[in-house]
Amino acid sequence: MVMTAHVVSHEDEELLHRLKHYLPSQAPLKDFIHHNPLHASQARPFHLACAESEARFGYHTRLLLGEYRQLYRDGVIRRDILQSIASKRLGNWIHAEHMLTQKDYNANRHVRIGALRDQWKSCFRINLDKEVHPVLFRLLASYTDQGIAIWQFPHVHSGFLTAVRTLEQESKVSLFRSEFVRDQFIRGTWSLGELLRQIAGDQALHERYLFDQQFAHPGWSGMACIIERQPDSLLDSRRLSLYDLVMVELYLELDALDSRFGAHRRALGELASQVEELFAPVTVSESDEVLATWQEALEWSYYDQVICGLTAQEHRCVATSGASFQAIFCIDDRECSIRRHIEKHIPDCQTYGTPGFFQGDFYFRPEHSKFHTKVCPAPVTPRHLIEEQEASHRHAQDRLETRHGHGLLGGWLVSQTMGFMAATRLIIQVLFPRENKLMVTSSAHMDPAGRLTIEHEHGAFSSEGLQIGYTPEEMALRAEELLRSIGLVKAFAPLIYVMGHGASSINNTYYAGYDCGACSGRPGSVNARVFAHMANHPEVRQILMTRGIYINDKTRFVAGLHDTTVDSFQFYDLDQLTETQRQLHGTYQASMDLALSDNAKERSRRFLLVRSSSPSRHVHRKVSRRAISLFEPRPELNHATNALCIVGSRTFSRHLYLDRRAFLNSYHYGMDPDGKHLAAILGAVTPVCGGINLEYFFSRMDNARLGSGSKLPHNVVGLVGVANGTDGDLRPGLPSQMIEMHTPLRLLVVVEHAPEVVLQVISRTDRLMEWYGNGWINLVAVDPKNHSAWRYNGEQFEEYTPLTQCLPVIRDVLDLDEFTEQDLPVYILK
Amino acid sequence: MDLQSLIPFFILAPVIGFLCSLIIPARFETAISHVAFATASLNLAGIVFFLAYRNSLQVPAVNLEEFALYQTDGYAFVLDFYFDRTGAVFLFTGALLTFVITRFSKYYMHREPGYKRFFNTVLFFYSGFNFTILAGNFETLFIGWEILGISSFLLIAFYRDRYLPVRNAVRVFSIYRIGDVGLFLAMWASHHLWHENITFSKLNQSQLVHEHLLAHTETGIFISLMILIPAMAKSAQFPFSSWLPRAMEGPTPSSAIFYGSLSVHVGAFLLIRTFPFWSEQTSVRFLIGFIGLLTAFISFTIARVQSSIKSKIAYSSISQIGLIFIEIAAGWHGLALLHFMGNAFLRTYQLLVSPSLVSYLIRDQFYHFNPHRTSGEERMPVGFGSSLYVLSLREWNLDGIMNRYAFRPFKYLGHELDFLGMRLLLLVVLPLYFLLVLLLLNRSLLPELMAEVIPIAASAAGLLMVLKAFSERRSPFLAWSLVIMNHLWMALSVSFNEHFDADHTVLYLSGVAISGATGYVTLFWIRRKEPDAFNLNAYYGLSYAYPLQAFVFLLSALGVMGFPITSTFIGEDVIFSHVHETQYFLPFANALGFVLSGIALIRVYARLFLGPHYKTDHPSSLRAS
Repeated sequence: MVMTAHVVSHEDEELLHRLKHYLPSQAPLKDFIHHNPLHASQARPFHLACAESEARFGYHTRLLLGEYRQLYRDGVIRRDILQSIASKRLGNWIHAEHMLTQKDYNANRHVRIGALRDQWKSCFRINLDKEVHPVLFRLLASYTDQGIAIWQFPHVHSGFLTAVRTLEQESKVSLFRSEFVRDQFIRGTWSLGELLRQIAGDQALHERYLFDQQFAHPGWSGMACIIERQPDSLLDSRRLSLYDLVMVELYLELDALDSRFGAHRRALGELASQVEELFAPVTVSESDEVLATWQEALEWSYYDQVICGLTAQEHRCVATSGASFQAIFCIDDRECSIRRHIEKHIPDCQTYGTPGFFQGDFYFRPEHSKFHTKVCPAPVTPRHLIEEQEASHRHAQDRLETRHGHGLLGGWLVSQTMGFMAATRLIIQVLFPRENKLMVTSSAHMDPAGRLTIEHEHGAFSSEGLQIGYTPEEMALRAEELLRSIGLVKAFAPLIYVMGHGASSINNTYYAGYDCGACSGRPGSVNARVFAHMANHPEVRQILMTRGIYINDKTRFVAGLHDTTVDSFQFYDLDQLTETQRQLHGTYQASMDLALSDNAKERSRRFLLVRSSSPSRHVHRKVSRRAISLFEPRPELNHATNALCIVGSRTFSRHLYLDRRAFLNSYHYGMDPDGKHLAAILGAVTPVCGGINLEYFFSRMDNARLGSGSKLPHNVVGLVGVANGTDGDLRPGLPSQMIEMHTPLRLLVVVEHAPEVVLQVISRTDRLMEWYGNGWINLVAVDPKNHSAWRYNGEQFEEYTPLTQCLPVIRDVLDLDEFTEQDLPVYILK
Repeated sequence: MDLQSLIPFFILAPVIGFLCSLIIPARFETAISHVAFATASLNLAGIVFFLAYRNSLQVPAVNLEEFALYQTDGYAFVLDFYFDRTGAVFLFTGALLTFVITRFSKYYMHREPGYKRFFNTVLFFYSGFNFTILAGNFETLFIGWEILGISSFLLIAFYRDRYLPVRNAVRVFSIYRIGDVGLFLAMWASHHLWHENITFSKLNQSQLVHEHLLAHTETGIFISLMILIPAMAKSAQFPFSSWLPRAMEGPTPSSAIFYGSLSVHVGAFLLIRTFPFWSEQTSVRFLIGFIGLLTAFISFTIARVQSSIKSKIAYSSISQIGLIFIEIAAGWHGLALLHFMGNAFLRTYQLLVSPSLVSYLIRDQFYHFNPHRTSGEERMPVGFGSSLYVLSLREWNLDGIMNRYAFRPFKYLGHELDFLGMRLLLLVVLPLYFLLVLLLLNRSLLPELMAEVIPIAASAAGLLMVLKAFSERRSPFLAWSLVIMNHLWMALSVSFNEHFDADHTVLYLSGVAISGATGYVTLFWIRRKEPDAFNLNAYYGLSYAYPLQAFVFLLSALGVMGFPITSTFIGEDVIFSHVHETQYFLPFANALGFVLSGIALIRVYARLFLGPHYKTDHPSSLRAS
């Protein structure tokens, strides 16, 4: 084996670093973590970043002008809002109106990326992508493969470049056509710079060439970066790096050039004409301004109603003392509507929202498993581990997926026997979908009958050095943090539900994106159960009492899981309830079932093939069946239509119908005068909700490049990603089925607190300033003193008076006559 | 039970379903899917009822001479149907899978742009499938065969606004076209062998076959080989295998039904159907078995290294079909049929649930991970193992082989003809042609030798036209005109042959004329609207802006390439029957023209109308996606 030291020069290192910054960063399929696809531009003001990304990378970051105009004609974009925004952004309204609604703009842009490398075709008449991509993608896919291929890539435990090199060296059959290039590859003669010099030419072209080359297949390049940065994002880890990928690709390009041109081979730079610098400043055109105005008008047409509703104090519900029960949900926008339905059926209950990992910063190791998995927000690095014990097997193997089916004689036997079994199963599943071994259910995340090692026993550490369980002191710390942040420190009800959430689906490569984002894309059942255990712990309650939180013996925390696809609740450790508590729970549970059915019915208005006018229970059955139907590409609609994040007490927003569009984080300004808890909340909520929101936003704007297109033709590659067909690049982003219902609005965060305090909080950290200061998220503070709204303009808060005078009033959304799939306005709930 | 009455039902139901689905407006999703589902259900009920009634699979063979589409003295184009056990098995499997797929797609395809197009194509495919399965002679089978080819093209290019599906669709179409030429020549040769349109039921009379073959051994072997080629191409056998994984570009259910199960087994069907003909030719049987074995082995190794789910299923399926070829060659048809059904069901299932495999296998890995997974290959000697791995990863370079030996020579020859421009065509080739037509009308003046040479020269000229059309990369007009010129030359070459029969030539050329003219009109229209996007150098995706024109042009192209929608299809066959047995050059030139013109035309269509739209004012996909 030839060992060549790969000394990467400083310049090349920097070049790769810049490149990595711009490549998509979406984790392998098992960990679907939402992020801003334009994360590289987040330090720039939003609208400018959009214009720049369009010119540089050819992304579409706004709707087409015609789409905005249609929304305006349909009344979704309001005239008064448009007028007020246009007069600020475009000046004189008469003039502006013409620009907005009449004037034609040439929307064809000259896109910079690729302009240099495209000249291989125009100047040399060679299609390098066609020659190189199939081999490169195949090598990458085979190397990273997690278990599709039966015969694994040889030398998979070395780095990618070394593995390919060793394979090439051992093999009598070459990956290359040119003997010369093959020799150089095996010997590792050339450095990155040297290869680029031979292919692209002059040093000045290197950066541009690499950008063009890597952005011709951003899927794989981005995947290489992620795997390099987070090797544990693959269970069977691989040492893949962008450097290795680029090296192999350059050698393959050289091979294609050498075998075509031989001695006449020349560098691209020798013939190619000058191209515009990729990162040269982008001039913002009039049409950019017009589009930005339209986008703002679309957003504020909705925001304005929300602010009107939030500041209308006369409609607010009066806080009742002595709640029948309390329930803590995840802030997830999908929990927004179930909370409303529960409150409708049991009016004297109180619901709270907090990130669904419930302060449980730990890894979870299910029994029988070989790995542990992170169940807290992606940026957190846990030091604790919770293990599951005495649990049953939850992974049944499916006979029809046996590897023998792909063998020669095995296949001969399998196809003649199990082929007929497959036919039977197909017919059954297609006509009468039922639960089966291929489905993903949130309830299988943890065995309710199993035991969790929540208590730390002195000296108990895992082999990785993680502390198993928590000490009472650590538990108290987390319980206090959570309770204080949501403002639940007194008047505890007899039962307090802690509800994680997860989802169920089948035939769905995006399954990890369906679960709880705050639990790194896992269901929140373990976290809920751990938190309930902590808060029920006598020693913890002792410690809490010393800190001023007195939890009565009669109060019991009950953990549960909300399955957002089938709309069902599952509760844990009910055997630990007293008889009275159990009876109490029984009565609530009946009402909760009604709430779940109503919730399913409300959701069904967006599912065209389900008739929503039927009774709730009937609709609920239909909706649940989506989770087990092989043919259902949209088991649920996830975060589609998300637009809001409300940080405040429930009384602040309980009187409003916000559809399923709001992340709701409970927070009481009165207990946090200096914004200490607010800082923690915004620190956690901003990147999570912002990431979700912008991923949906940009996937909707350009589903072809920032999204993954229709999921129907997708082909699973190596269990790490999806591609179209067999020769395509990986497709990061969300599929069209997840975003087609989404109205692309940036997130509006509304904080119930004095603007001065909010300003202080966001000015304290650069990370928050990047989001809010650059307008990637809109921010409004509603001052609790006088219910005035204050809008953050990037520098300071200025008072905002909503143009909406009053909102329509309804009793329940299910009563609406017209039950459409369209977005509904904000209603006041009576 | 009168068996004959059922056959038209199996043929007509899908055709009627297809026609219904065409006229329902695209916004009525439910109606469209109901038509498709009803069609499949009816057919399935029909075949199940029939089998239940018979209470066994021992179906007696039935031949049904339906009707002559065209008849003159000495020639008849007869649609003929034939039904036996093999037909029953294929019919049943086809109906069952179409039933499952149409039901599945009703929900799966919901809201997908192209919902209607999808069901249209599936029903079109299904009609073609039943036509092929129930065909009683080569001519009828050829109609079904052509429908399968076109509907495959349309389904692979279903996502026509992306580059790779379109490129792969053209590629698969090209390979199918090569296969078709075998059928074309087999038809010609069997005309001469039997002096009639031989029906499959007659092939079963072993005495008759034996007698004929005894006198014409070479012709017999030639026909067998010509049957084998289309069977290999359609069933993705060596060396054609690499098209199958690349066909998996459409929505998953269409990949499942076409390339997982039905379409890919049609080759095996053709072999079973013609078995009585070649069963006595030991060498042919060995050849078929050998090809099956070779394919089984090669695709087995390729399947083992595939890291994407659909390509793994594709190669596993190919290797099983290789085994089916062996079974057929050995004469074990019961086993082959059983194997076909099992393989078709299994692969359809595996493809349909393929997205589930992510969660399933990751969970499997989570619970049963073995860091030192072995598959047996580790025990091979290092050099051998690595070589085999690289070879399999590169798919044994099958793609390269196809390119180098099947397409590149023609491309090369075509480029040698680059001087052949529009001007030369109008000023020299066309006048020359009319001169020859004048000569033809006054044939009595010609010396004997000339009458023999002119047909060859004319067909050679036609061949030159089509070679240039095949390699033309600039002008759509030129490519279009050259293909039409090819037809004219071919007609001329045959017309010299015997007593001049204007009827036949008119029949042949009338279809070309009509579709050629429509094509010209569409091309003129496009050039006026989109002068920047009017060449063959890249894909312009104009169907995004002009879907109707795209459809009209597709129909014109199909007409010009002799697809069974115009009289040209029959005309071609008629003209062919005039070719003498001794004129070897003519059928070959004609067959080559048939292949290359088809590819050239579909390429004109693809380059102008398919692929990402060339403007950047709306989102469009990267080429690599």
